[in-house]
Amino acid sequence: MNAILIVAHKEFRDGLRNRWVLAISMVFALLAMGLAYFGASASGVVGFTSLNTTIISLSSLAIFLIPLIALLLAYDSIIGEEEQGTLLLLLTYPLSRTELLTGKFLGHAAIMTVSTVSGFGVAAVLIGLLTGELLDPQIWQAFGFFILTATLLGWVFVAMAYISNVVVTEKSKAAGAALIVWFWFVVVFDLVLLGSLVASKGMAGGDWLPYLLLLNPTDVFRLANLAGFEATRHYTGLSHIAAGPLFEPAVLTSILVLWVVLPLITALWLFRKRQV
Amino acid sequence: MTVSVELQHVSKAYGDFHALTKIDLQLREGEVMGLLGHNGAGKTTTMKLILGVITASTGTVKLFGESPTGPHADNLRRHMGYLPENVSFYNQLSGREVLAYFGKLKGVSHTEQMELLERVGLSEAARRRVKTYSKGMRQRLGLAQALLGHPRLLLLDEPTVGLDPAATRDFYAMLAELRQHGTTILLSSHVLPGIEKHIDRAAILGSGHLLALGTLNELSQEAQIPLVIHVRGHWPGMDWQQQLQDKEIDCRTVNDSQLELRLPTRRKLEVMRLLLAEPSVQDIELTQPSLDSLYSYFSKPELTR
Repeated sequence: MNAILIVAHKEFRDGLRNRWVLAISMVFALLAMGLAYFGASASGVVGFTSLNTTIISLSSLAIFLIPLIALLLAYDSIIGEEEQGTLLLLLTYPLSRTELLTGKFLGHAAIMTVSTVSGFGVAAVLIGLLTGELLDPQIWQAFGFFILTATLLGWVFVAMAYISNVVVTEKSKAAGAALIVWFWFVVVFDLVLLGSLVASKGMAGGDWLPYLLLLNPTDVFRLANLAGFEATRHYTGLSHIAAGPLFEPAVLTSILVLWVVLPLITALWLFRKRQV
Repeated sequence: MTVSVELQHVSKAYGDFHALTKIDLQLREGEVMGLLGHNGAGKTTTMKLILGVITASTGTVKLFGESPTGPHADNLRRHMGYLPENVSFYNQLSGREVLAYFGKLKGVSHTEQMELLERVGLSEAARRRVKTYSKGMRQRLGLAQALLGHPRLLLLDEPTVGLDPAATRDFYAMLAELRQHGTTILLSSHVLPGIEKHIDRAAILGSGHLLALGTLNELSQEAQIPLVIHVRGHWPGMDWQQQLQDKEIDCRTVNDSQLELRLPTRRKLEVMRLLLAEPSVQDIELTQPSLDSLYSYFSKPELTR
């Protein structure tokens, strides 16, 4: 246990040292502020829109950004150590492979958590002040839920980065693998789903399409955040088709947690089998 | 004498590639053993097996009488130190931060970490980032890391590669000090000159086989590598062949004033006396059988020896 915390602490401090935490927080805060300010420009006005509206546009953007940041953060955490020669060294210490990877995950997860909470949190307070919604508990609940799921989404992709990390043998390939993971979940998956739906003229997939969405953590995140707002259900096609007990925010959050745990277990299993 | 490390019929294969084949090796408590061989001879694999980072395909590895991958592995690991080949550490951290990380993982106090930095001569540079360190400084940091927790067994993989002569000398001085304190050391190298003085026994590896094992004396006797004596002087009309009429001594005249003799090591003093008694001899130069020649002898296939 102690060894896990030592590794986690080191990873987190590395994150602070090389300004990862600061950079990610700034990006998140600026993004949220920008979207809040320009969010209504389509309807011809510029100015701060309500937090509610901001969350909807923010979750669409977060889907692109959070996986990318999480993958960038963790894509070389194992292979990088291997190329430095420190992986072999660490493995000769009183420290199991499971402890090493779990420690790294806790450290990276902490970086994502602190950045997400502080970045979006600061933005939310500022927007709340400017729109006068600061004391509205419902808004806070919605934004809190957004931050929670955004954090989980970050964890999902940190865990996925470990899998690609453990499978490849070179740092450059790890970067490529991380990019493929991002491209698949953020771009290709939805396109394929949409394409097959259109090609079959809506015949195929009416029933099972919503469940297929659960196979993509970014879609789970999107559904969870949009499902929370009754009003948005009618505007966004995705959540319109996804109705039912499985698509309650609490259930979707649990599925997101599952999306963290399963890749992490896979990465641990692969790491233990890996030759050094 | 207590045995620190024991390898019995150990083989290690990666798919079709046989990294090690039937190695039998014992490391006695307090001795310094040189593990010699070309790149790819199996030196690092041997160390990884002892460290318990990989497991043997067949055969058994024992470390202080126990399996390095068994239930007591964590405890065993506290008693050994390892310096890998080519370790560059964490560039963005300072020397003391690197040592603090590894020290914490091994449960070593801050005071001891600082003492080690002092001992390897990195106190001054301790706050500087490792990125700015020279190869020699990195290696010293690596050694400080390996010495965390007063290990009973030290495994050093190619510790002097890339070090300049002064840094190499410093390194061996530290090694001598550790040796005096009774630390068992396994030292791998493919650079042979200079290592002789620092090892008690040598194990020569070649393509995964243990080619020879013994003290340098034993090995040179087995290999029968001659001692070479170069003699210079002024001896008009002198017939050395006549003087040194002996089957064991090979005498060759280089030119009028130079002579090259090859003889078994045990005949050294006798021949030296003869040469010294001859007033026309002006200079004598001895070339001892070097590890290099031993190494090339044992690396040859058995039949051609």
